[in-house]
Amino acid sequence: MTELFAALVPLVPVALLAGVVGLDVVSFPQAMISRPIVGATLGGAFLGAPEAGLVCGTALECLALESLPVGASRYPEWGSASVVAGAVAAVGATNSSFPDVGAFAVAVLVGIVTAWIGGWTMVQHRQLIARFARPRLDQLAAGSRNTVVGLQVFGMTLDLVRGVLLGGLMYCLARPVATLVNAFWTVDEDLSRAVIVASVAAVAAAAVWKDFHAISGTRRLFVVSLAVGTLLVVAGA
Amino acid sequence: MPETERNAPALRADTASPPFASPPDGPPLPGALRASMLLRCLAIQGSWNYEILVGNGVGFCVEPALRQLPGGLDGQPYKAALARQSVYFNAHPYLAALAVGALARAEVEQVAPVRIERFRTALCGPLGSVGDRLVWAAWLPACSLVAILLFGFGWSPLGVVLGFLFLYNVGHLGLRDWGLRNGWKHGLRVATALGHPVLQHGPRYIGRVSAVLGGLALPLAVHRAIGGQPPLSPIPMGVAVATPLLAVLLVRLQGRAEGWRVVLLVLAALVLYSVVR
Repeated sequence: MTELFAALVPLVPVALLAGVVGLDVVSFPQAMISRPIVGATLGGAFLGAPEAGLVCGTALECLALESLPVGASRYPEWGSASVVAGAVAAVGATNSSFPDVGAFAVAVLVGIVTAWIGGWTMVQHRQLIARFARPRLDQLAAGSRNTVVGLQVFGMTLDLVRGVLLGGLMYCLARPVATLVNAFWTVDEDLSRAVIVASVAAVAAAAVWKDFHAISGTRRLFVVSLAVGTLLVVAGA
Repeated sequence: MPETERNAPALRADTASPPFASPPDGPPLPGALRASMLLRCLAIQGSWNYEILVGNGVGFCVEPALRQLPGGLDGQPYKAALARQSVYFNAHPYLAALAVGALARAEVEQVAPVRIERFRTALCGPLGSVGDRLVWAAWLPACSLVAILLFGFGWSPLGVVLGFLFLYNVGHLGLRDWGLRNGWKHGLRVATALGHPVLQHGPRYIGRVSAVLGGLALPLAVHRAIGGQPPLSPIPMGVAVATPLLAVLLVRLQGRAEGWRVVLLVLAALVLYSVVR
């Protein structure tokens, strides 16, 4: 019983945070607390490891650069996903430490999977609102204030619940996996970290290139600044 | 032809001729009403769905202004206007504030319903395409890259998060507030506001800045994320070679494989190999 309670203590804030951050993706207020670099840092900070959350959030931010949240298209829901990922990255980490490499790998994996499932739940959420609105279209056509406000409140509440459930469930599943993977990790830590970071950075570089290459001069600017950035790294060492 | 250009003549035709037009400069939006509508604009997509899209949200945002109509909340003009504003509408959520302001003024001035409906229909395309190009395809990635750059510079978690949120929301809230004020100011002549240089040329300039930010941010962020090892040692050198090669491969695979799916496969293989071997 005590063990169950101890396991639930981190679950509640993580799930609630996932709900609030998931709400931000589309419904309210779209202030981009749902960006991975914010959500994952908060997720990690809630469990006492903000630095681990930040590292994981930066990795996911590189991936999120690729998917633009345009209109009615289906896209990964990075909000709730990044909270879960940041919380998973906190497994084994301390206040100012980087994530353990096993937890880091699992956190990024879980972030991607949760974002993909989150995208699907957003579609279901939108269909549910439409189903809820359909019998009320006559009231809307009659200019009913209560119906207009009620639909908004229903949609936002449902979105909050969606994020809480998704975040809570995924965290429950992922946390023991991260603990296990951490314990059995065998590949060299620096090499593993390099593989994770190189793969997400490549996605970010490709995304920047694809997003902006049509604007004249940007390819050259990107390549030159990439060289300058690399020189800064070498010079700062 | 871009959607903006295709819709622009329709919008002009619907708004520029004298019978459709509101007076050039309307009274300023009262402070309390502006705050109420701006707050509601933050929730404009609260009931987004595949049938009426953001339509109910527009009705929700315009509603405080409609209370000024004769008869107030119980009057027939209020109900008719709210019904008109709660049908299908599509726009970028931030730039929808421009439509909210313009439609609120048209309703308060009791412009003929058929003209409001035509104007409303004409607004959808331009507000969607201009907003997508400016915000989702330019401003958001630029702010993300700034956040990654701050991480690369070694900023603390709090600094990175606050830096990103402050920068992004200066643009976000500024755009919503500008949209609401200008929509109200111009009324049915709001097409003139869509010609604002930031909306027309902003994406191009932000794109150039983003290319520079991306180039600077990635090496610095990668260096920090791999633990700040000496850059000329084997692992950082390997990362410096492998990352551009993989990026080129992903660009060439464009449309056939999204990057996150590739990363999912790579990481799943890494985890399995490391744990099972």
